[in-house]
Amino acid sequence: MLNISGIHEGFVLDHIKAGESMTIYRDLHLDNLGSDCTIAMIMNAKSNKMGRKDIIKIECPIESVDLDILGFIDHNITCNIVKDDVIVEKRALSLPHEIKNVISCKNPRCISTVEQELDQIFILTDEENEVYRCKYCEEKYTGTK
Amino acid sequence: MRHLMSPLDFSREELEQLMDLADDIKNHPDSYSEKCHGKKLATCFYEPSTRTRLSFEAAMLNLGGSVLGFSSADSSSASKGESVSDTIRVISSYADICAMRHPKEGAPLVASQRSRIPVINAGDGGHQHPTQTLTDLFTIRSLRGEIKDLTIGLCGDLKFGRTVHSLINALVRYPGIKFVLISPEELRVPEYIREDVLDKKGYEYKEVDSLDDVMGELDILYMTRVQRERFFNEEDYIRLKDFFILTPEKMQLAKKDMMVLHPLPRVNEISVDVDDDPRAMYFTQAQYGVYVRMALILTLLELV
Repeated sequence: MLNISGIHEGFVLDHIKAGESMTIYRDLHLDNLGSDCTIAMIMNAKSNKMGRKDIIKIECPIESVDLDILGFIDHNITCNIVKDDVIVEKRALSLPHEIKNVISCKNPRCISTVEQELDQIFILTDEENEVYRCKYCEEKYTGTK
Repeated sequence: MRHLMSPLDFSREELEQLMDLADDIKNHPDSYSEKCHGKKLATCFYEPSTRTRLSFEAAMLNLGGSVLGFSSADSSSASKGESVSDTIRVISSYADICAMRHPKEGAPLVASQRSRIPVINAGDGGHQHPTQTLTDLFTIRSLRGEIKDLTIGLCGDLKFGRTVHSLINALVRYPGIKFVLISPEELRVPEYIREDVLDKKGYEYKEVDSLDDVMGELDILYMTRVQRERFFNEEDYIRLKDFFILTPEKMQLAKKDMMVLHPLPRVNEISVDVDDDPRAMYFTQAQYGVYVRMALILTLLELV
């Protein structure tokens, strides 16, 4: 059994679909956190609920990670916020209204494919059907999350 | 400061005010001949356009203003790799208002985010063409009295035809509008129009591939050109370009007060023999486009 200690301040992202933690690491831009932040990725752990799952523990000031995008990636993820060694909040995930620089537009006619330094922005246009469209050309995002 | 990216940027009430102003300009052009004295319009056209660009320029000149600009990407700094964001920041220092056409969808929106002057989307790829829509609405209102209880046939390239997308978006805000979408299967309206606009809001529409079958139902027939520049594949363009051609024979199937509109330019989708039919209103429509653009310039420059 692999043991990873608890964290003093930060996040524990639990019930991540097995194999998805690297994607989340990238989409949350965890590689850009400061050098004093510690990240533990537990992959393919046993889970009564899911069979196998991934877990990410992030030791960092809680204001330094924007978790909104998690709702887009998978709103079944459990997000625990830890402060002073205790869980102070279990955050419910919902679909963010706007997604910035996580997914990109596949429409070859879209300005975002050529304009330098342009943020890739998608807007939630249909919450019921979880439809996101490019802010610029309104092309529907059809890629896998 | 306001921009115009989509016909939906204006509420229905604001559209009515704009069309009232266009109507007044049409009836009293002399009263508006100096309204923009000392103001400059920049026409930033990254792809060829005769009608829209000249219509904007005529509108500004009719208002006593001046125009400057470029008419293709080759004659702008875009050919040197300049971004739209940088171009508009520079143009903001030269002019008071900008009309932008760009082959990339969303380019005028990007410009508006960096601009210090109002930006008008004069057509972005296959996406939106709001001033054509304002022209279409104004033409329908002027010739029909009001925009209400109409069966509107949209014919031709409904997939890449941005005028069609903008027009549908605008018309769904009026009561009693039914759409008949006439196109080959390959050129049907994109799913975001079908799903997010028509299906979602429960509008009455049907998709057909025969013009003859539906001619008698229509109050307005909006013809469009199959545009070569929207195709990546020349073979597809050649196969589809002559799918619908409006002829005097087809016009015989139409109601006596039916109206034929076309954003122009046409290639061969409307036979020249139809031009003398009193129901052919596309040249009147082009004239009305100048009045609408005059009203829009005055509104965005807050000179009303």
